[in-house]
Amino acid sequence: MSHAHVSNTKRIWTVFGLLSIITIVEVALGIAKPGFLHNNNLVGVNLLNWIFIILTLVKAYYIVYAFMHMEGERKSLQYAVIFPLIFLVIYLLFILLTEGDYVFEVFKNSTIKWNF
Amino acid sequence: MDTVTTANSGDKVWGGGDNQPMGASYGKMMMWFFILSDALTFSGFLAAYGFSRFKFIETWPLADEVFTHFPFMHGNPQPMLYVAFMTFVLIFSSVTMVLAVDAGHQLKKDKVVLYLFLTIIGGLIFVGSQAWEWKNFIKGEYGAVETKGGSLLQFVDTEGHRVALADFAATLPEEREQLTRNKGRWFMDEASLPAYSVAEVQAGFKAHPNILVRTEHIDANKKKTVLSRSESELRLKDASLVVEGANLTRNEYGSKLFADFFFFITGFHGFHVFSGVVINIIIFFNVLLGTYEKRKSYEMVEKVGLYWHFVDLVWVFVFTVFYLI
Repeated sequence: MSHAHVSNTKRIWTVFGLLSIITIVEVALGIAKPGFLHNNNLVGVNLLNWIFIILTLVKAYYIVYAFMHMEGERKSLQYAVIFPLIFLVIYLLFILLTEGDYVFEVFKNSTIKWNF
Repeated sequence: MDTVTTANSGDKVWGGGDNQPMGASYGKMMMWFFILSDALTFSGFLAAYGFSRFKFIETWPLADEVFTHFPFMHGNPQPMLYVAFMTFVLIFSSVTMVLAVDAGHQLKKDKVVLYLFLTIIGGLIFVGSQAWEWKNFIKGEYGAVETKGGSLLQFVDTEGHRVALADFAATLPEEREQLTRNKGRWFMDEASLPAYSVAEVQAGFKAHPNILVRTEHIDANKKKTVLSRSESELRLKDASLVVEGANLTRNEYGSKLFADFFFFITGFHGFHVFSGVVINIIIFFNVLLGTYEKRKSYEMVEKVGLYWHFVDLVWVFVFTVFYLI
């Protein structure tokens, strides 16, 4: 192993605390659903969902970088794993969600009536 | 082969030499790329869920009305709390896993054993919780009625609280015998019959003037639309099926695809957790036997740790997409 054999226990518990706080905030917001967040949109997605998405990505970052110890790997491995993932996921989401919205519009506005 | 000459010919490229592409051992790097491909598989599932949800954006079920069960709190809906509990179990088992890896770096066998054991327990609690949630989802709570057009009607009282079919459906003197294979002419049977027939629901609805129909349609306040009494009567005339609980064909929560995606995505994730637990158990016994002590390297614990954290990572996204958004 290239990295030193020092104990990371302190960092592990810090990250655990952070992930717990984020989860508690998410659940509290999910139960309360504050109206001003839930009913105001930003680029087609309401503010509450933006908060959920951002908090989830923060959690994902800490799981990958701290727990999976990606921060201890070489930059080349980090980028080889993370860049394809980010690019393909954004691409896939963009294509499928745009298409899903289009299908919705077709059934809502055109003469074809959707029964199911 | 002698004809192929490379700079490393004769050396063991990954087995013993210093040549480690991207500074990672063979096993660890391949685990990372397996995780990458598995992450893309899950992304595909979740994106497909997003597609269907955008397609039925006005009628999709509201998750916090579906997942409201909590042990020992029957009839007292607790949206989200149980999933939050499951999330904590998984995050905590991730912490014990990373502590096991950390102890492995320092070659402390006893600590690795303890933390790996806790990780396995956490995994089992999670899988068990998921089974319990599936049970509640399949059993259903209120029941609903499907119309001839295929849309779903649920029932509420005048204050908007959900009402179960059992609370108002009439009991009519009718018998509808279940078709089973031993009574069929050919290998025919049918899904188990719901507790009430459409006629019983309609009769019960007539007898209870305070019950209204709630449609799947989401209104401007992001709540399901409740119809007036006269509209309710009109819609209920079109009823064709009583739906209780959920299966792959239809479910009492709303869009038919909702249950399909729920079963498929949480099922696939649950299968990952299950295989993770099995792999952890194998490694646990290897640690007990001292395999890695002899090797002077606990890298195998680190590799299964990567997989275990990945399972946690996927759950973080499933949790957000299915239960929060």
